[in-house]
Amino acid sequence: MVYVIIKELSPSADEVIIVTSSLMKDMTSKTDMYRANAIRVLCQITDGTLLTQIERYLKQAIVDKNPVVASAALVSGIHLLQTNPEIVKRWSNEVQEAVQSRAALVQFHALALLHQIRQNDRLAVNKLVSSLTRGSVRSPLAQCLLIRYTSQVIRESASNTQTGDRPFYDFLEGCLRHKAEMVIFEAARAITELNGVTSRELTPAITVLQLFLSSTKPVLRFAAVRTLNKVAMTHPIAVTNCNIDMESLISDQNRSIATLAITTLLKTGNESSVDRLMKQITTFMSDIADEFKIVVIEAIRSLCLKFPLKHRSLMNFLSNILREEGGFEYKKAIVDSIVILIRDIPEAKESGLLHLCEFIEDCEFTYLSTQILHFLGIEGPKTSDPSKYIRYIYNRVHLENATVRAGAVSTLAKFGAMVDSLKPRIFVLLRRCLFDTDDEVRDRATLYLNTLGADGTVEDMKEFLFGSLDIPLVNLERSLKNYEPSEESFDINSVPKEVKIQPLAEKKAPGKKPTGLGGPPPSPPSTIDAYEKLLSSIPEFANFGKLFKSSAPVELTEAETEYAVNVVKHIFDGHVVFQYNCTNTIPEQLLENVTVIVDASEAEEFAEVASKPLRSLPYDSPGQTFVAFEKPEGVPAVGKFSNMLRFIVKEVDPSTGEAEDDGVEDEYQLEELEVVAADYMLKVGVSNFRNAWESMGPDCERVDEYDLGPRENLAEAVNAVINLLGMQSCEGTEVVPSNSRSHTCLLSGVYIGNVKVLVRLQFGIDGPKDVAMKLAVRSEDEAVSDAIHEIVASG
Amino acid sequence: ELCPLIKNILLLDSEGKRIAVKYYSDDWPTNSAKEAFEKAVFAKTQKTNARTDGKILLLHYDFSVNGRSVSLWETSSGSVARGVGEPFNGGGIVLGVSMLDAEITMFDNYVVVYKFVQDLHFFVTGGENENEIILAAVLQGFFDAVGLLLRGTVDKKEALENLDLILLCLDEIVDGGIILETDANVIAGKVASHSMDAGAPLSEQTITQALATAREHLTRSLLK
Repeated sequence: MVYVIIKELSPSADEVIIVTSSLMKDMTSKTDMYRANAIRVLCQITDGTLLTQIERYLKQAIVDKNPVVASAALVSGIHLLQTNPEIVKRWSNEVQEAVQSRAALVQFHALALLHQIRQNDRLAVNKLVSSLTRGSVRSPLAQCLLIRYTSQVIRESASNTQTGDRPFYDFLEGCLRHKAEMVIFEAARAITELNGVTSRELTPAITVLQLFLSSTKPVLRFAAVRTLNKVAMTHPIAVTNCNIDMESLISDQNRSIATLAITTLLKTGNESSVDRLMKQITTFMSDIADEFKIVVIEAIRSLCLKFPLKHRSLMNFLSNILREEGGFEYKKAIVDSIVILIRDIPEAKESGLLHLCEFIEDCEFTYLSTQILHFLGIEGPKTSDPSKYIRYIYNRVHLENATVRAGAVSTLAKFGAMVDSLKPRIFVLLRRCLFDTDDEVRDRATLYLNTLGADGTVEDMKEFLFGSLDIPLVNLERSLKNYEPSEESFDINSVPKEVKIQPLAEKKAPGKKPTGLGGPPPSPPSTIDAYEKLLSSIPEFANFGKLFKSSAPVELTEAETEYAVNVVKHIFDGHVVFQYNCTNTIPEQLLENVTVIVDASEAEEFAEVASKPLRSLPYDSPGQTFVAFEKPEGVPAVGKFSNMLRFIVKEVDPSTGEAEDDGVEDEYQLEELEVVAADYMLKVGVSNFRNAWESMGPDCERVDEYDLGPRENLAEAVNAVINLLGMQSCEGTEVVPSNSRSHTCLLSGVYIGNVKVLVRLQFGIDGPKDVAMKLAVRSEDEAVSDAIHEIVASG
Repeated sequence: ELCPLIKNILLLDSEGKRIAVKYYSDDWPTNSAKEAFEKAVFAKTQKTNARTDGKILLLHYDFSVNGRSVSLWETSSGSVARGVGEPFNGGGIVLGVSMLDAEITMFDNYVVVYKFVQDLHFFVTGGENENEIILAAVLQGFFDAVGLLLRGTVDKKEALENLDLILLCLDEIVDGGIILETDANVIAGKVASHSMDAGAPLSEQTITQALATAREHLTRSLLK
C-alpha cells in the first residue's frame, strides 16, 4: 500500500533519499511482490543519475524468473523511454530475451518495449515482426500488438499489388481464426484499414465481423458495427452481405449500436431496400436522442442524392419527422436537407415546397420560418402554379410575430414581381399589410407597393427585390458613420466595395515589418463564389456570363521584390479575365492608377476588351486590377501574355503618412503568363468511375497510344499528364505505388461548355525508362474527346 | 503509439459519485474536468439497465402478505429495462441491477465499456480507436477481481470498507495506461499478497492470504 502512496505523491528523487534507498533495498528483497512494486515506484520517481545506479538491478529484473517482476521492469522501461531513452535502449538484449519468455504477459510487455526502442529502425521492426509471426505468441494481448505492428510494416513497405498478396497478409488472415475474440477483431480491423484494400482481401474480414454482429455481447456487436460503418464509406458493395444482420440491429437496445447500424445501411442500401429501410427508421427515430437523429438525417440526405428517383418517399419521411417534436438544431438539419433536395432534384421541388409550407404553419422557431419564407420567395415563383403558395405566405402575415410577418411581406412582393398574373392580388394583400401594428412590416409593405406599382422596368424591379447587397456591411456601416447630414444625400455608390483587409494585416504585421518587404499579397477570398461576386460587381465584366473556372493564383514576381503581384485567370465562355492581385511593399511609396499593360502578340486568338485600373495602392494593402480579353466562344484558346505593371508613384512621408501631390509615371516588368488547355478543365471528381464510364457510352470515345519518352519514374510521368490535363483523379488512382511497372489512372473533369469528360490512362514502362501511355477518353461530345487527345499530343 | 492504452478506470456509486477512480491520461488535467467527465459518463449510461440476461434486485411489496420482501429476479431476453428506483412488476421498486454482459457506448471521442452490479458502477475508458474487446477484458478483470476481494458481497458498503483493496487492485491492473494484467485471479492474488503483513495472525487473513503465508513458510523451510 505504501508503494501506491509513494507513486501518488511522486516526489522528485533528490527530495526523498531515504525513501529511495529503502526502495532500493526492497528491489533486492526476497519477496517478489516487494521487488516488483519497488521497481515500479522507483522508476516513477527517478531521475537520470539515480537511474544509472539502479540500472543493473533493472536489467536483472527484466530477465527474472518471476513474471510479475519482469513485467514491472518492462512496463517501467516503457515509461522511462519517454524521459531517458538512451539508458533504456541499452537494455535491448535483455528485452530481446524477455520476448522469448514463456510467461504470456512478459512477452506482451517485452514486445511493446522492444518495438518502442526500435521503432525508428524500419528494418529491425520488420525483422521483429517476421520472426514473431512465425514463432509462437502466447497471450492474446501480445498477438494484438503484433497485428498492429504488422499493419504498420505493411503500410510502410512497398506494397506490390500486382504480384499477389501483400507480405504478412496471410498472417493477418490466419489471426482471424484465433481463439481469442480480441485477436480476431484486431485482425479484422487491421485488414479493413489496409491501404487500398481489395474486395478479395476484405471478404474474410467482413465474414468474421458479420458473425460478431449477431453475438449476444453488446461489446462485440458495437465493435463490429463500428468497423463495418467505416468500411461502408469506401467499399459499400463489400458490406451489403451484412445488410440482413444489420437490419435486425436497428431494434438493438443499445442506441449507439442501432444508430451505427442505420447509418451503415443508409450507405450500403440500394434502391429496392430504401422503402423498407424508411419504414424501419420511422419507428426508430422516436427512440433516439437529437444528436443521433442529426447523424441519421445527414445519411438520409446523401442517400436521397444518390437515388434521386426515391425522392418522394424520402421527402415524405423528412416532412413527417419535421412535424414531430424536436430541438432547433434537429429541425434546422431537416430543413437544410429538404432545401438541398429541392435544389438538386428538380422533380422534388413542388412536393418539397409544399412540405415546407405546411411546416411553417406551426413552426416555433422564427429563424427557420424566415429562412423558409425567403427560400419560397426565390423558388416559388418559378414553379408551375405559384398561387398555391400565396395562401400559406399570407397566413404568416396574420398569425406570426413581427419578424416572420416582415419576411412574409417580402416574399409576397417577390411573387408579385416575378408573376404578372398574380400582381393584382398581391397588391390587394400588400395594401392590407399597411395596417399592421409593426413598423417594419408597414414600411416594407409601402416600399413594395410603390416598387411594384411604379413604372420602372421589370429588370430594375427584379434587381431591386432580388439583388443581393454587394457592398460589405462593414463598409456601409463605416460610410454611414462618416456621413454628415448635409445638402447632399448619402450616395450608396460611394461606399467602397472592396473589403479592406488592412486592419488584419496591421495586427499581424508588427512581427513581420522589419524586413520591409512583405510576403506575396494574399489573394482575396479564393472560393469560386467569392470570385463570381467580385467579377459580377464590376460592371464591365457583368455580362460575360457564368464564370467557368478560376485558376489558382500564379506568381508573376519573385519573392522579396518591391511590388508583389500574382494573377488569377478567370475563364468565361467567350472571355478571359486576368485578375492581378498587387501589393506594394515599399512604405515610402503610394501607387496610383495602377494598370497592367498586357502584350498579347503571342496569343492571336485573344483581343483585349476592357481594363479596370486600381485607383490607389498604398503600402501593405493589397488591391486588384483587371484586364479582360475576348476570345472565340467555346474554343479553348491558348496563348502567352507578357505583362508590365504601369502606375504613378508618389513619395510618402513615413512619419506623417501623407503623400506628395506630384507623382512620377513608372513601369515595372512582370513575368509572362500563359493560358493553357488545363485552364479550361474543371476538376470534378466522380465517386463511382465505372458506373460513370459505362453510362457515358462508347459513341464519343477516342482511344490512342502515345510514347512519353524516357522519364524519371512512372509516378513522374503520371503526375505530368494529370497536370497537363488539369483533371481530377478518382478513387485514389493518382498514387502510383513505387517500383510498379504499370499503372492505371482514372481522371474526370468538366470541360468548358459544361461537357463531362472521363479519361482512363494506362501507363507502362518498357525498356529501361521509356514510358508508353494508352489514353481512352469518353465524353458527351466527340469534339471534346478529340480536343483532349490534342492536348496530350501537343503537351 | 501502437500499444493499447487505458485512459481511466472509474468506480462510481448509484448516484454517480466517486468511490475509487484512477486516470492514466492527460485529457482531464484538472479535478473539475475529471468530475465533469464522471458526471457525463454516468448520465449517459444511466438509462442502461438490466438488459437481456441480467439480474434485478427487487424490493417487492407483496399485497397478499401485506409485507415487504426482497427478491432477486432474473430477466430474460426481451424484458423491459429498468433502473434503480423505478417501479417493477406492479408494486415493486428496483433496488439494484446487475448485468452479465458488459455494455458499451461512445461519446466525446472516447469509448466507454461499463458494467453495473447492485449499487456499484464500473467504467473503463479508452480512445476512440482502441480495440473495444481489449477494454472489455480489462473491465472484466477489474470487475471479477473486486468480486473476489470483497468475498462475493459486491456493494457500496463493502467497497468503502475495503477501499484499500480496491485501490491496490486498480494499481495492479494498469500501470500508467499500459495493461499489466487481465486475469482476475492473478490480480486478486497480487492484491492479497500485498495487503498481507508478514506477521499477521492467520485468523485475520483471507483464505488466499493464508495460503500464501503457508506457501512462504513451506518454501522457507525447504530452503533451509
